[in-house]
Amino acid sequence: MSTRALEWIIERLLFLCAALSVLTTAGIILVLAVETFEFLREVSVVEFLTGTEWTPLFANQRFGVLPLVVGTMLVSAIAMAVALPMGLLAAIYLSEYAPSAVRRIIKPVLEILAGVPTVVYGYFALTFVTPLLQQFLPSLSGFNALSPGLVMGLMILPLVSSLSEDAMRAVPRGLREGSYALGATRMQTALKVVVPAAFSGITAAFILAVSRAVGETMIVAIAAGQQPRLTSNPFVPIETMTAYIVQVSLGDTPQGTIEYRTIFAVGMLLFLMTFGLNLISTWLREKFREEYA
Amino acid sequence: MRKYGDLLFQIASMVTLVVALAALATLVYDIVSDGAGRLSLTFLTTFPSRKAEEAGVYHALMGTIWVIGLTAALALPIGVAAAIYLEEYGTRSRIARFIELNIANLAAVPSIIYGLLGLGLFVRLMGMGQSVMAGASTLALLALPVVILSTREALRTVPSSIREGSYALGATKWQTIWHQVLPMALPGVLTGLILALSRAIGETAPLITIGALTYIPFAPDSVWSKFTVLPIQVFNWVSRPQAEFHTNAAAAILVLLALLLSMNAVAIIVRDRYQRQERA
Repeated sequence: MSTRALEWIIERLLFLCAALSVLTTAGIILVLAVETFEFLREVSVVEFLTGTEWTPLFANQRFGVLPLVVGTMLVSAIAMAVALPMGLLAAIYLSEYAPSAVRRIIKPVLEILAGVPTVVYGYFALTFVTPLLQQFLPSLSGFNALSPGLVMGLMILPLVSSLSEDAMRAVPRGLREGSYALGATRMQTALKVVVPAAFSGITAAFILAVSRAVGETMIVAIAAGQQPRLTSNPFVPIETMTAYIVQVSLGDTPQGTIEYRTIFAVGMLLFLMTFGLNLISTWLREKFREEYA
Repeated sequence: MRKYGDLLFQIASMVTLVVALAALATLVYDIVSDGAGRLSLTFLTTFPSRKAEEAGVYHALMGTIWVIGLTAALALPIGVAAAIYLEEYGTRSRIARFIELNIANLAAVPSIIYGLLGLGLFVRLMGMGQSVMAGASTLALLALPVVILSTREALRTVPSSIREGSYALGATKWQTIWHQVLPMALPGVLTGLILALSRAIGETAPLITIGALTYIPFAPDSVWSKFTVLPIQVFNWVSRPQAEFHTNAAAAILVLLALLLSMNAVAIIVRDRYQRQERA
């Protein structure tokens, strides 16, 4: 075979491997769409999206996904209430205050925090954080939204802090120097010059963190319970979309039944939510890059 | 007054970091104090049991090694090939740009969604069943974006003079990549692969979703065997009400963390040796 033909074949093969990622996305959408379509032939879209009871595994089946969505949002909100302020403060400290020696120690430790398997965080939430909280909050039940939410916030914190720090470090030095020259303190410079200048980059980090919280599975599957209920009370057991998928996967639900299809319908909703958030985050990051390119 | 405000703010930021680090220390301390007493050679070499004190993790440890080994075998060649295409061939084309955007988006898709893909595609459509092969294929898809991104970075560090020198001697594009560029980028590629695998090794949700079993009294003997992995075993034990099983879960977590740490140590050694070679 001539060298030129071989080169041509190799390039095609490499292209196929790169195109596999597009096929993966297509595969995800197709697999979810086919089963969701079958599901929606038996349950109307309106009932699925606006129903307030989710009991597909009981004799009296109801397919209102709202309790799962609200449960997901409740845990994610608690997680963000921890990760957002702490992550931003940590990022400001690392970017504006910390001497480089301190940063060299803290950044790898934060990376460890991000690399701990989520099942380990689940164990921590259930066997340590919940009993600890129960000493102060006697009404807290063994499974609840509060404890996994707090632990999830801890898990997401490194993501928020490292992406926000990257955004702040990308702000040109000249802006800071101008601010100091006008007599501003470091705090004033950080809060009134650097953070606003890096705003779209920081927002992109926050949105990516929300997407991570919404899709997080094991912490909530272990520590939040399996009771889909429409509540904003963080002290009682709830169920998230991801935890429901795990619950059904653990049982032996036969393929082709409506119970089996529910996990794909819930998965579709989860995919659309996180995909939308990811797109907004990517768009914001691009915008931020343009501002200082 | 403004000075005090600045100082307070700095203290608040530092306290935040200390709280985060203290939480990490508490987590490690909690798991070590719960599980260390249960660790023994017997724990590593026995099968699960209905009695907590007789149960071990041999099957799960073997399952993890099988699945991660196969994941590496699948993700490495495909990921490297994709990265070479994007970095060396198609950098300017519109298709390459589209693929890049797509990879960035895939990296942020929740892992449980990959599990649903694996269930629909590998387990059902391709008929792999709940085998090591189906699990590893799912995890390979999950690991691919990380492998591709890190390989691209490694390729970018190879100076263009190396490529030009090779072309000047009459080598074709692929000869240049295979004989010059890839060997130079290899340590960076391997570090990226190990980091991707150390994320995959802790994945639980996608494997539960494809139907990996939670109770299995044997270790896999081929890629078509049914399997379970360490994180699933941890989940199974922690979901039981009895405290003795929680102790088992903590001990299994320690085994998992030990695996993770040794993989990261390998990555650091590879990177370190590479940097020394660079300087020499």
